[in-house]
Amino acid sequence: MELTISGTTKTFPDDLSVTELLEAEQVATPQYVTVSINEELVDQGSFDSRKLASGDKVEFLYFMGGGTRELY
Amino acid sequence: MSFTDSQLERYSRNIILKEVGVRGQKKLLAGRVLIIGAGGLGAPAAMYLAAAGVGTIGLADADVVDLSNLQRQIIHATSDVGAPKVISAKETIEALNPEVTVNTLQGLVTSENIMTLIEGYDFVIDGTDNFPAKFLINDACVIGAKAFSHAGIIRFQGQLITYIPGQGPCYRCLFPSPPPPDAVPTCRQAGVIGAMAGVIGSLQAMEAIKYLCGIGTPLTSNLLTYNALTMEFRKIKVAKRSTCQVCGHNPTIVKPLDYEIAACDLKSKPA
Repeated sequence: MELTISGTTKTFPDDLSVTELLEAEQVATPQYVTVSINEELVDQGSFDSRKLASGDKVEFLYFMGGGTRELY
Repeated sequence: MSFTDSQLERYSRNIILKEVGVRGQKKLLAGRVLIIGAGGLGAPAAMYLAAAGVGTIGLADADVVDLSNLQRQIIHATSDVGAPKVISAKETIEALNPEVTVNTLQGLVTSENIMTLIEGYDFVIDGTDNFPAKFLINDACVIGAKAFSHAGIIRFQGQLITYIPGQGPCYRCLFPSPPPPDAVPTCRQAGVIGAMAGVIGSLQAMEAIKYLCGIGTPLTSNLLTYNALTMEFRKIKVAKRSTCQVCGHNPTIVKPLDYEIAACDLKSKPA
């Protein structure tokens, strides 16, 4: 299936959960990332169960502080 | 209120804009903006707001100027090293535009003082560098029905979003809770280019000016992200989270709360 991740469309295997997508995209700190699917924010607790569908537009939102400390 | 000749000259490039005009300039002169954090983001924001003629600028910061700040915190000068940031910033603003009234709080913003602090202002700019402060500002502005601009920067990336009561998500919709203070990477030193703070802090000033003048479209319901290396700006559309603890259907946070500050960020004592 095709997913648009941060504006770029790529091909992924079917039946992918949010957790699996975070792994596939090598998101360094999945425990601190916010995920939106088609402009809707996904609850962290449902990352394992929420499956992606072909055509979904996914965005990753990251914590950003004041620039002088690493967070992720 | 009519303008003096020197005001007409000083603000001529604002007034000549049809979106601003005399009406907008009067709104700026009557406007009150609170900037929490007089550092990388707060410095350019404060200077552009002062230059634009925003009548009252509040500054809150507990820190003193450090030599390592000067690479990005352009409101402070070498001679200010060791001086409280709010005093140094106030002097720069007064030199730039003596018409601006500057209120200062040299101390930490906490759950105890934030509601009183934000009360007298039209717009709040989050220029802080730590997550407890960012969540505190968000919650207080949601509870106090106050418009504010959130921003964050790291390395070559920055982001911002504007919250206006009743319009779109708050910061806590995007991030339900701060990272724990003992999160291992939290205290690792990171770098940032000063111009990055300049870009994002200036965008925060722009949002405040638009809000005060009542022009354009505010950056609500969209997180603007900026990658300096690829020179990409992206607007990520985000909806409110109905389960948000502070602005959702059943809020559980009804007054501001303090999160534990990571030990590495505890460089200042309350005033």
